[in-house]
Amino acid sequence: MIDFRKALLRAAPALGRGALSFVVALALVALLTTWAGYDAGVLFHTLFAGAAGDGYRISESLLRSIPLVFTGLAVVVSFRAGLWNIGADGQFLAGAMAGTFVALHWNGMAQVLMLPAMFVAAWVAGAFWGWIAVWIRVRREVNEVITTIMLNLIAVQILAWLVHGPLQEQAGAYPQSDAVPAAARLPVLFAGLRLHAGAIIAVVAALLLWLLLFRFAIGLRLRAVGHNPRAARFARVALERYRILAMLLAGALAATGGIVEVSGVTGRLYENLSPGYGFTAIAVALIARLHPIGVLPAAVLFGALDTAARALERDLGVSPVFADIVQAQVILIIILLETPAIRTRLQRALAGVQARMPFRGGEHA
Amino acid sequence: MPEFAVPLLAGAVTLATPLVFAAVGEIIMEKSGVLNIALEGTMLVAALAAAFVTYFTASPAAGLAAGVAAAVLFGLLFALFAVGIQADQIVTGTAMNIFALGLTGVLYRSLFGFSGTRLAVAGFQPWPLPFLKDIPVIGTVFFSQNVLVYAALVLTLLVAAALKRTRTGLYLQAAGENPQGAEVAGISVYRLRLLAIMTGSALCGLGGVFLVLVEGNTFVEGMTAGRGFIALAIVILARWQPVRALVVALVFGLASALQFQAQAIGIDVPYQLFLALPYVLTILFAMLVGRANVPAALAKPYIKE
Repeated sequence: MIDFRKALLRAAPALGRGALSFVVALALVALLTTWAGYDAGVLFHTLFAGAAGDGYRISESLLRSIPLVFTGLAVVVSFRAGLWNIGADGQFLAGAMAGTFVALHWNGMAQVLMLPAMFVAAWVAGAFWGWIAVWIRVRREVNEVITTIMLNLIAVQILAWLVHGPLQEQAGAYPQSDAVPAAARLPVLFAGLRLHAGAIIAVVAALLLWLLLFRFAIGLRLRAVGHNPRAARFARVALERYRILAMLLAGALAATGGIVEVSGVTGRLYENLSPGYGFTAIAVALIARLHPIGVLPAAVLFGALDTAARALERDLGVSPVFADIVQAQVILIIILLETPAIRTRLQRALAGVQARMPFRGGEHA
Repeated sequence: MPEFAVPLLAGAVTLATPLVFAAVGEIIMEKSGVLNIALEGTMLVAALAAAFVTYFTASPAAGLAAGVAAAVLFGLLFALFAVGIQADQIVTGTAMNIFALGLTGVLYRSLFGFSGTRLAVAGFQPWPLPFLKDIPVIGTVFFSQNVLVYAALVLTLLVAAALKRTRTGLYLQAAGENPQGAEVAGISVYRLRLLAIMTGSALCGLGGVFLVLVEGNTFVEGMTAGRGFIALAIVILARWQPVRALVVALVFGLASALQFQAQAIGIDVPYQLFLALPYVLTILFAMLVGRANVPAALAKPYIKE
């Protein structure tokens, strides 16, 4: 049997560090805004009310976190295998494009099969987008960082071309595709709110990835490849095979995010479909300590921050890219907390607390 | 040579210049073993600083100094992580890009408000070089430009020479190829990488300054529009050689100029696919050529024993 309680307790200190970095980032923001002559109290009140003031706001915050779960999981699986996949954004878009294409060209085939076909198309496209980068890494020894960045930018331009050209709506008024048919849409969970069934798919995806990474030998080997490739090679793990596998999984996960976004929220393609989900995903994955289950609360945190930032623009006239500053700070603070010298000190400070816990905090999982 | 070709080529040089600055700056950093993917952010920060100072002093020279200073400060923050605590360069660079986008966006709005009117700043005027400007075609294309274009040409040649011929340049390459060996030979890898990041960021900052003081005479949120990433592509295509980077940047500049021209005279090219060209070329190049000339220790944090 899987002991969830034990797993959770083991993950607690790591998750604690993730949460700590978010709190420190917000405290820094408070300091800076006060220093710049604003009222931090009003700022935080607006932030909180904007993100969770009522049922509608909570639904919007959760809605925003769904694409972050999928792209966050994509980053987790690739980073775990030691691949610096900066390309979740491109893989997200590849999935959205392929899935929408299928929905718009379905032409009278069985309606019940439309959604599954869209997902399969998205997975193939996303996995292919990831495969290009990992193929170059494995066969040509070119680092995946630059290639995944390039593949993001290519995907953005293909999307722009599609919605200005071949997939532009019949009316031809806006650079967007036609709306996908009703059978291609995911149902909403609560009447009157936009939160849709994609939320459930997101939770299931996180659980499945956790199972794969921590309860199956295949996941153990995948993590070993990332954690210590030399040792993994000595243990006769085929490094290349697991790198490719990780990237195919990452591509398919991010692509699921793309098709879920179209299917659940927008109903059509347009140019700014992803306002940089693949980059926020890196912050999400790091704050989750590269743990699939941790991705869920981390994504909600950043989804809420994004919704809050829009309230901030509406009420206080602050640019919504405000959320970017917090994201960047979170990443940088996590890096600082991970620095050996700083980490040792932090651990000593926490030792007293940890000693009183029934299970000692393990490194991963 | 047809009549429209000369302004077209001159336009290509203008479009290429910020790419040259950023790509040559990145070459310096990558040669020392530091992969700084935050070029986009560095350019943005420099652009805002240049716009702000030029707006209030009406002096493009002061704006230029401020832009470069801001870029160096931004580079120092990157170095604090990448060299100071040996953090992962990729994750740090990603964070720095996001940070710059947020910071410049929020600062721009709080400094200039959100009125919708474009901010207008003074810029550098063309400054034709005596004698050289009278050479047919080349005189107009290269030597009737402004001072920043000349700076890009001269700095590229200087960096190429410095990397090959000076002691610091060779030490720098040693730090990027074999940091352990370099350290044994008495070279301070940390100091060289710090130096590389500061010089590289300063150059990259000039690219951001150029966007404000020559190309746009204004600041717009996110105005770098991917140029920092194109510069990363150029470095690969140029195989870490400054002069080749200049050539590749000019080719990309010409391609953009041609595409503007085609749009202007109503030829219907799918310009989005055109915009993807530098990135597609880089992918194809990586597929075909592989890791030729990559500094061996690129993106690997150096941890002193």
